[in-house]
Amino acid sequence: MRPTDPTAADVTLGLEELPLHTEARILAVEARRGREAVDLAERLAEIGFLPGERVRLLARALFGEPLAVRVGSDTFALRRSEAACVRVVPVAAAGRRGP
Amino acid sequence: MTAAAADPLVALVGNPNCGKTALFNLLTGSRQKIANYAGVTVERKEGRLRTRSGRRLRVLDLPGAYSLRPRTPDEQITCDFVLGRLPGEGRPDVVVAVVDATNLRRHLRLVLALRRLGQPVVVALNMVDLARRRGLPVNASALAAELGLPVVETVGIRAGGAAALLDYLEREHAAPAEAGAPVAEGAASARARGAVLDEAAAVAADMAAVAAEQHEVERILVRLGLDAVPADTPSDRIDRVVLHPVAGPLVLAVVLFSMFQAVYAGAQPFMQAITAAVAQLAQLVGVLLPAGPLQSLIVDGVLAGAGSVLVFLPQIVLLFAFILALEDSGYLPRAAFLLDRLMGGVGLSGRSFIPLLSSFACAVPGILAARTIPAARDRFVTILIAPLMTCSARLPVYALLIGTFVPARSVGPGIGLQGLVLFALYVAGVGGAFAVAWLLKALRGGPALQPLQMELPTYHVPSLRNLAIGLWQRIEVFVRRVGTIILALMVVLWFLSSFPAAPAGYPGPAIEYSLAGRLGALLAVLFRPIGFNWQISIALVPGIAAREVVVGALGTVYSLSATGRDVAGQVAPLIARAWTLPTAYALLAWYVFAPQCLSTLVAARRETASWRTPALMVGYQFALAYVAAGITYHASRALLGVP
Repeated sequence: MRPTDPTAADVTLGLEELPLHTEARILAVEARRGREAVDLAERLAEIGFLPGERVRLLARALFGEPLAVRVGSDTFALRRSEAACVRVVPVAAAGRRGP
Repeated sequence: MTAAAADPLVALVGNPNCGKTALFNLLTGSRQKIANYAGVTVERKEGRLRTRSGRRLRVLDLPGAYSLRPRTPDEQITCDFVLGRLPGEGRPDVVVAVVDATNLRRHLRLVLALRRLGQPVVVALNMVDLARRRGLPVNASALAAELGLPVVETVGIRAGGAAALLDYLEREHAAPAEAGAPVAEGAASARARGAVLDEAAAVAADMAAVAAEQHEVERILVRLGLDAVPADTPSDRIDRVVLHPVAGPLVLAVVLFSMFQAVYAGAQPFMQAITAAVAQLAQLVGVLLPAGPLQSLIVDGVLAGAGSVLVFLPQIVLLFAFILALEDSGYLPRAAFLLDRLMGGVGLSGRSFIPLLSSFACAVPGILAARTIPAARDRFVTILIAPLMTCSARLPVYALLIGTFVPARSVGPGIGLQGLVLFALYVAGVGGAFAVAWLLKALRGGPALQPLQMELPTYHVPSLRNLAIGLWQRIEVFVRRVGTIILALMVVLWFLSSFPAAPAGYPGPAIEYSLAGRLGALLAVLFRPIGFNWQISIALVPGIAAREVVVGALGTVYSLSATGRDVAGQVAPLIARAWTLPTAYALLAWYVFAPQCLSTLVAARRETASWRTPALMVGYQFALAYVAAGITYHASRALLGVP
């Protein structure tokens, strides 16, 4: 666990670290390493995980995995390792709604 | 080229779960399976359409794809076809880009990719009724102006919901040059075009292309006033309970458990009615026909055989009503979500859940549905264990044995013992499948967890029309099976069990002297150690062709062994007298794991392109079934004190 304050707007965190039901914006989708990871990131982009899109965690299953993620107007189930490819910035609590 | 092949080709393309198959059914009058989850369609399906003016079109339904860069075998089919890479297939004359009007944000991206290919594209704005009900200002002509493509509104699940699309296709072919000329801007994606680029550059180019497409989508959505993201939908409120880490699994357990209770409790009156009708018929035949081979063929072969399988129709209908309603509601991917971690423990992913669940109907569609699994290893394991899910053909066997040997008493409020045993048998099958998957993981080394990336669709109230069509199809399939393959096998078995006829003065029942009787005696050497007598041994053989046949086969074999005519057509009282409890329990255990029917083996061969998988299936399932039945037989003998 990194000592981050998820409410600070300048802090980026992995999607898997985002608290439940907290609005965030995608900063980047990055592959960690290796061909498989690149493939994974590409696939995430194709199903809608793109910079600028709004995301929110809807649920964590028992034992913390998988995650139910709202991206745009879709809901996808992701594993923690998949969600970790997505860097997000929480939208400040008293803040901008809508793009 | 034949005249039919020269008809213009219309291809339905779109993201998974946007309603392509529903539209296909409307256009062609087909009744392909539709449900509310991604990946129902895993094959290309072709149909024919005749417009009002008499023009003929070929319509192609393709598996859903998120992009034109395929990741799974089913997506590959779609991409190859759209890009004209399938051997022996031309490119489509018109691509119907089906989009979910309630979710243009994702679906429009594929439309843009299709537009870049430079083929005629018409956009079908599907589920437009749902979008309006949610207050989304969807507007076909505004969207058409933004896209530079013709757009028609459709409602896939309503009769007449494809009228605008039909009109468009008719006009298009009346004057092909006039409407729908696509704006060819740029070229296909770097990889789609087959350009020679190194992998890293191609990835970067593709990522950039996706991002550029998304910007364009965003621009269009802003222009149309559709850029707002729904805050808290009814689906979200349901998910708060259903996906809850504690409440969710409880809901799942209750749903599955009530399914099996209902299958038992609800079907009883209908089953009794069918049983009574079959018995009446047998009596009538006994009166009308003189005693002899013909009477025996009809009473012992047809009625006791095929008739005793037909009795289980009500239970199968109830089971399917539940499965279809669940499929249509959108709950299934949630169940996969809840079970993903559990399945991960044995080296599977939630992606295997839907193929495995389809296998409760029949392993063949389950094995086909495994095409939606991206990882080759996961796909192989899923195909291998799919037959351990209790298919509906095993239901008659369970129902007969439970109905005969398990007392119908209540073990708690609303919980019947028979339903409980049925539930336990299904659980045993799942447990066995998980054990096999775990063993494979241990033997072959478990790779890192595969990606999940599974769509959780918006909930829908199940459509009654869809439900009725689905049920009717299942009834047709079942009755056809009883009327054809099962009936034929029963007649063959009757013949084998009746000839050669025993000589006068033969001490035992005549069937012992017949071919089937001798074969049964031979097989019984193998099966006696696990408690099966020769009648069971012989009944197992036709069961390889179709599971339900075992019930019919027992009916015929015992009916021919019986002396009085009074019990003809009813197998339950016969086996109740002939078998000990341990034998009945052992047969139940056998059928949890029983070696597969032929069609499953053929499907496994086709999907994995090797005989290794079906051979492995037969081998491991026979071993499992034999061991399980043996343990059950000897353990229950010891426990019950039966000699």
